[in-house]
Amino acid sequence: MIGQLTSGERQSAVVILLIVAMVGLSMAALGRTDPLGVHGVIVMLFSGGLLYVVLSSFYAPAPTEEREASYYDDPIKIGIVLSMGWAVFGMLMGVWVASQLAWPDLAFDAAWSSFGRLRPTHTTGVIFGFGGNALIATSFHVVQRTSRARLAGQLSPWFVLFGFNLFCILAVTGYFMGITQSKEYAEPEWYADLWLVVVWVTYFILYIRTIARRKEPHIYVANWYFMAFILVVAILHIVNNLTLPVSWGHAKSYTVWPGVQDAMVQWWYGHNAVAFFLTAGFLGMLYYYLPVRAQRPIFSYRLSILSFWGITFFYMWAGSHHLHYTALPHWVQTLGMTFSVMLLVPSWASAGNALLTLNGAWHKVRDDATLRFMMVAAVFYGLSTFEGSFMAIRPVNSLSHYTDWTVGHVHAGALGWVALITFGSFYTLVPALWKREAMYSARLIEVHFWLALAGTLIYVFAMWNSGIIQGLMWRTYTEEGTLAYSFVDSLVAMYPYYIARAFGGLLFLIGAVVCCYNIWMTVRAKPVTSSRSGDVPVVSVASVAGE
Amino acid sequence: MSELLHRKLERSAIGLVLAIIAAASVGGIVEIAPLFTIDGTVEEAPDMRVYTPLELAGRNIYIREGCYACHSQMIRTLRDEVERYGPYSLAVESQYDRPMLWGSKRTGPDLARVGGKYSDFWHVAHLSNPRDVVPESNMPAYAWLARTPLRMEDLPRHLEAQRALGVPYTEEMIENAARDAYGQAMPDGDFATGVSERYGEATQVRAFDGVTTQVTEMDALVAYLQILGRLTVAAYQDTAAPEKAPDPAN
Repeated sequence: MIGQLTSGERQSAVVILLIVAMVGLSMAALGRTDPLGVHGVIVMLFSGGLLYVVLSSFYAPAPTEEREASYYDDPIKIGIVLSMGWAVFGMLMGVWVASQLAWPDLAFDAAWSSFGRLRPTHTTGVIFGFGGNALIATSFHVVQRTSRARLAGQLSPWFVLFGFNLFCILAVTGYFMGITQSKEYAEPEWYADLWLVVVWVTYFILYIRTIARRKEPHIYVANWYFMAFILVVAILHIVNNLTLPVSWGHAKSYTVWPGVQDAMVQWWYGHNAVAFFLTAGFLGMLYYYLPVRAQRPIFSYRLSILSFWGITFFYMWAGSHHLHYTALPHWVQTLGMTFSVMLLVPSWASAGNALLTLNGAWHKVRDDATLRFMMVAAVFYGLSTFEGSFMAIRPVNSLSHYTDWTVGHVHAGALGWVALITFGSFYTLVPALWKREAMYSARLIEVHFWLALAGTLIYVFAMWNSGIIQGLMWRTYTEEGTLAYSFVDSLVAMYPYYIARAFGGLLFLIGAVVCCYNIWMTVRAKPVTSSRSGDVPVVSVASVAGE
Repeated sequence: MSELLHRKLERSAIGLVLAIIAAASVGGIVEIAPLFTIDGTVEEAPDMRVYTPLELAGRNIYIREGCYACHSQMIRTLRDEVERYGPYSLAVESQYDRPMLWGSKRTGPDLARVGGKYSDFWHVAHLSNPRDVVPESNMPAYAWLARTPLRMEDLPRHLEAQRALGVPYTEEMIENAARDAYGQAMPDGDFATGVSERYGEATQVRAFDGVTTQVTEMDALVAYLQILGRLTVAAYQDTAAPEKAPDPAN
C-alpha cells in the first residue's frame, strides 16, 4: 500500500492526515455539548489510524521500478474488500430492520436500535458502502484498462477511497446517534456533505486526468457512464444538501428549500441517485465486465449511444413521479410521469444490448455462474425499469405509492440488478487483480448465485403481494359507501409477508457471506507463476526514460 | 451522420463532460425553478402560524427518530385518503417546513392531520409502548423519550437559523425561545403566558406528557403531533371537505 508511494508522496499523505485530524479536533472542541463532538473524535481516530499505517512504513524502500509501466491496482483491491465488508454490514442491518417490522420488540427498548434510526444504516450501508466502494474500485479498474494508462495520481486514489469511507462511517454512526437530515438517501448532515464534495471533486479530477492520458483515441462507453455518474451525482448532492447549520458546534442544520420546493428537490435528487448512482455507474460495470467475461463484443454501438444520452437526459425529469396527487403542482407531476414512461426506451436499449451481446455465448451463461450473475442482472434491470415506468403512471401510482410495492420495486433493482452485476464483476475482477488462475471455488459461486436469486425472488414477490393488498385495502369501500378496512386491518394483513421478506433478505445475506469467503480464499491462494502478459499500460519510451 | 458526430464527441473528454452537464441540467431547471416563480404554487393562508419552539423541538425529534420512514404527512387528492385522514394537504401547510416531511411510505398511517385526533394521554401511552393501546401495532416503543430532558438552551439559535432562511420569527420570539419552550409545557409556571402572547391565544399550553416536574422530549414530540394539520384552516376552506376545521383550542 505504502510501498508504491515515493517519500514525497508519503510526506503529503502525512500532511493531509494531520489536517483532517485537526478538523476532527476542532469539530470535537466546537461540538463538545453536541453529537457533533463524537463525530470529531471519530474523524480523529480515523485519520490517526491511517497516520499509523503511513508512519509505520514511512521509511520502507521507495518504489524502484518505473511505476508508469504497470497499472495501479492496490486501491482497487482495498476497494473490493471495503465494498464486501459494507455489503455484509448493510445487508445484516437490512435483515434486522425487516425482522423488526415483523417482531417490533427486536429494538430492545434502546434509542439507537429503533427502526427509524436503523433503516438509514441499511440504505446507506448498501447503497453507498457496498455500491459506492464497488463503483470506485471498478471505475479505477475499467478506466485504466480501457485507456491503457495508469491512474493519473498516486495519492489521490487513496484519498478518494478512504475519504469516501470516512463519509460512510460518519453517515452510519450519525444515524445511531440520531444525526440525520431526514432526506431519504441524503441523510448525512452538513459537515459530512461538505467532506463528500471535497472527495468527489478529487475523484472527478483523478478520473478526467486518467482519461486525458489514454492511449486510445476513443473514450470507451463504460467510461461515459462512469463520468456521468461522477458528474451528475456531484450536481445532485450539492443542490439537495444546501443547508444552514444551526451553528459551527451543531450537527443539526436546516435545509434552504422549504415545503413543496424541498419535496421537488428531494425527489429530483432521490430519483436521480437511483439513476446516476445505482444505474449509470453500474451500467459502466456492465459494459465492461459482461463483454470481457463473455468474450463477445458489445452487440450495438448505436444502442449504446441512444441508451446513454436517453438516460442522461430523461432521468432528470422523472423525479416528480414520487409526488403524484400531492401538493406539488399538477404540471410537474405530468412532466415527471411522461418522461418516466419515455425512459423505458433507453433503459431497454441497454438491457437489450447486454442480452444480445450474449448471443453466441449462451453456453457460457449455462456453465459459468459468474456470467450468469451478469445475465440475470441485465434481466432484472430490464424488468425493474419496466416496472418503474409503469408505477410512474399516475393512476397506477395511486395504488402503489406509500405501499410495500415501492419497496419491492426498489429491491428488484437493488438486489436483482445492482448487487448481481457487482458480484458478477467482482468474480471476474478478483482473480485478474490478484493474478490467480480463477476464483477459489466455482461451486461456491454457483451456491451464491442460487441463494441470491432465490432471496431476491422471495423478497420481491412478498413485497408485490403485500403492497398490492395494502393499496387495495386502503381504497376498498363497503356497499354502504364507507371505507371497508381500518388502517390496522391492512397492517395485520402484512405480517406474513414481512416474515417472508426477512427470510428472502437472509438468503441474500448468506450469499454475500459465501462471496466474502470465496474472495478471501482466492486471495490466500498461490498466484499463478506466469504473470499475465499484456496486462500493462502502454508507455512511451520517453516517459520510461524520464522516470 | 449523428453517429459520426458522436465518434468525434467521444474523442474529447472535456466535450463529453460539457455535453453530460448540459443534457442532465435541463430537467431539473425546468421543473424546479418555476416552483419559486409561479404564484399559484403555494396558496395564501393569512392565518398560518409558525411552530412554537417546543413544537419545533418536537419536530426535530420526529426527524431524529426517522418517523418519516413509516409515516407520511401528505394526504393525496384521492377520495379514500380524504375520507380516512381529512382534507387533502395543501402546499402552504408545509411552507415553513425545512425539510418537508411528506414521507414516501406508510407502514403506519398518515399523520398530516393527526393533531387533536387523540388525547395527549393516548399519545404518551402509545409512544411509551404502542402495543398497549394498539395490540396489532409494529411500531417501536419510545418509552425513553419520557425519561430524557429536552435540550432547550440552544433553541434561540435554531429559530435564528430558521429566520435567516425566511421563516418569520420575530426578534422577541428568538430571544424567548428557550423560555417559551419551557412555558408551553409548564402551564402553571411563570413563562406560560408569554407563549400565547407571541404565538396566539389558540396555542396549546399544557403538560403534554402529563408530568409538570420537568420538560422532556416526550412533551416536545406530543406538542408537535398535536399541532399537525392545525397551523392553518386553509385546507378546510373552498374544498369539498366534509369536515369542519377542528377548534385549535380544545
